[in-house]
Amino acid sequence: MPTGAVIEFTSISKRFGKVAAVNELSFTVEPGRVTGFLGPNGAGKTTSLRILLGLVAPTSGTATFGGVRYRDLPNPLATVGAALEAASFHPGRTAQNHLGVYAIAAGLPRTRVMEVLTQVGLAAHAAQRVGGYSLGMRQRLGLAYALLGDPGVLVLDEPINGLDPEGIRWIRGFLRDMAAEGRTVLVSSHLLSEVQQSVDDVVIIARGELVHLGPLSSLDTDAAPQTIVDSPNREALGAALTAAGIIFSIGRTGLLAATSDPALLGHLAFTAGVELSVLHRQKTGLEDSFLALVGGSHSL
Amino acid sequence: MTTFLRSVSAEFAKIFTTRLWWLLAIVLFCYIGLIAGGLGALLAGVETGVISPDTVNTGGAGAFGFGSLPPIIYSFASSVGYVFPVLLGVLATTGEFRHQTLTPTFLATPRRGVVLAAKTVTLVLVGAGFGVVGLAASVGLGGGALSAFGVDALLLDSETWLQVGRTILAMGLWAAIGVGFGVLVPSQVASIVVVLAFTQFVEPLLRLAASFLEVTAQIGNFLPGSASDALVGASVFTLANPAGAPPLDWWQGGLVLLGYAVVATVIGYAVSWKKDVT
Repeated sequence: MPTGAVIEFTSISKRFGKVAAVNELSFTVEPGRVTGFLGPNGAGKTTSLRILLGLVAPTSGTATFGGVRYRDLPNPLATVGAALEAASFHPGRTAQNHLGVYAIAAGLPRTRVMEVLTQVGLAAHAAQRVGGYSLGMRQRLGLAYALLGDPGVLVLDEPINGLDPEGIRWIRGFLRDMAAEGRTVLVSSHLLSEVQQSVDDVVIIARGELVHLGPLSSLDTDAAPQTIVDSPNREALGAALTAAGIIFSIGRTGLLAATSDPALLGHLAFTAGVELSVLHRQKTGLEDSFLALVGGSHSL
Repeated sequence: MTTFLRSVSAEFAKIFTTRLWWLLAIVLFCYIGLIAGGLGALLAGVETGVISPDTVNTGGAGAFGFGSLPPIIYSFASSVGYVFPVLLGVLATTGEFRHQTLTPTFLATPRRGVVLAAKTVTLVLVGAGFGVVGLAASVGLGGGALSAFGVDALLLDSETWLQVGRTILAMGLWAAIGVGFGVLVPSQVASIVVVLAFTQFVEPLLRLAASFLEVTAQIGNFLPGSASDALVGASVFTLANPAGAPPLDWWQGGLVLLGYAVVATVIGYAVSWKKDVT
């Protein structure tokens, strides 16, 4: 069973001319967990991952796997499997030959080619030229390339893009399985909702900088706690809230009271003899926290 | 070293898992076969008198008086066919940029210099294979045409086989030049256009223009096509040489070709190959 290595970004910066694509990015990714690398398009996710994989040279800083830079890994494909954009294929080559070329280059047994094609569900299309593949099939082939060396670390850039619902369900289970086996799984996305079913931890960047780091649950915060409460007799309810010194506004589905304690409102209504029709705490969702972190409008 | 050998094997697999190599090889064979066979028959016919010199417009010079015909006929394999290994080399590198296969390539082999060296070695060998294909056409069909008209095809002459060996070497070097040019100009369309324009149009004109004065003729000897013909030792292009500047020795021609390949590859490595892959 391959074991995962810790991925470590240390003060990674990348400038393209005067534009800072990534700025002083530092974080670690632990084995045995799925880490979502999140941020709006253009936040610097792909650039960071390409730096990690030695494809782009950082302006400063280091990115390593268990302390070793990608280019210094003795068996890179057997240590790290990466799937970047979906179009890294010669269209005239069959899927089998495409993977075969890199199995040869990495010194991997040729039997791995059919194994990984079977694993991603492309065995029936192994002898087909990649030029005729759909976007979803290309994503799967990219994933098959990442799995070729049975690596302990997986780095996947937007792997859910272009997958059909069945494929999305499949990859979610796949990511969980990989982490459960002790592998390190780093998966990027510009949509939290796309990966929130799968990830344990989140690393969120915006405009090239780290804005949040922690377990997924750390996004579940309430910046402005509100409870929605309503009654057939709104006037009486409003009077009871005012008497108790609770500020509220009138919303579409009831009164929005500035408190995070529904029980307090229930008690107030009960003592005032006001019948309640609605009482629940309004939670800001993970997506709202995410959008607030990355700067709302930039994420569209 | 194992990394390098694996990389060479992978580069071979890249070439032989797409259709390009055999398409180019077939066109090369037919093209050279047509020229060597056709001209072989024509010139042998004139030389032996089967075809009257008067039916061929020789500009009033009478019979050609080429001396020995076979070396010239056989040299079409490289003097005309060299563009094929160049194209194969150019496509081998520019294709990596165009199809973004540099990403999986460099992930499998992060040492980029190793990959480029492996590609060069592979293309030299496949280019040499193209040399064999070209010679099969020029010696097979051209020599056949000469024999048919009663001209000795010199197939038992050691000089002929030395020329064959030098032709194979030249074709290998041309493929290496293609690899180097491909990294120098990674845009596939631009690369192909420049290669075709230079080899089919610009260089022949330059060689012709340079040949009129002795001093320019000596400079013209260092044009890649001239150097290649010098390496091979015979070419239809060097027959008409008004200023009479002596061509380079075969080994000098070989070194000039090698120099073009090395310079293009080293500069290309710096300007495109080691750059960020985005």
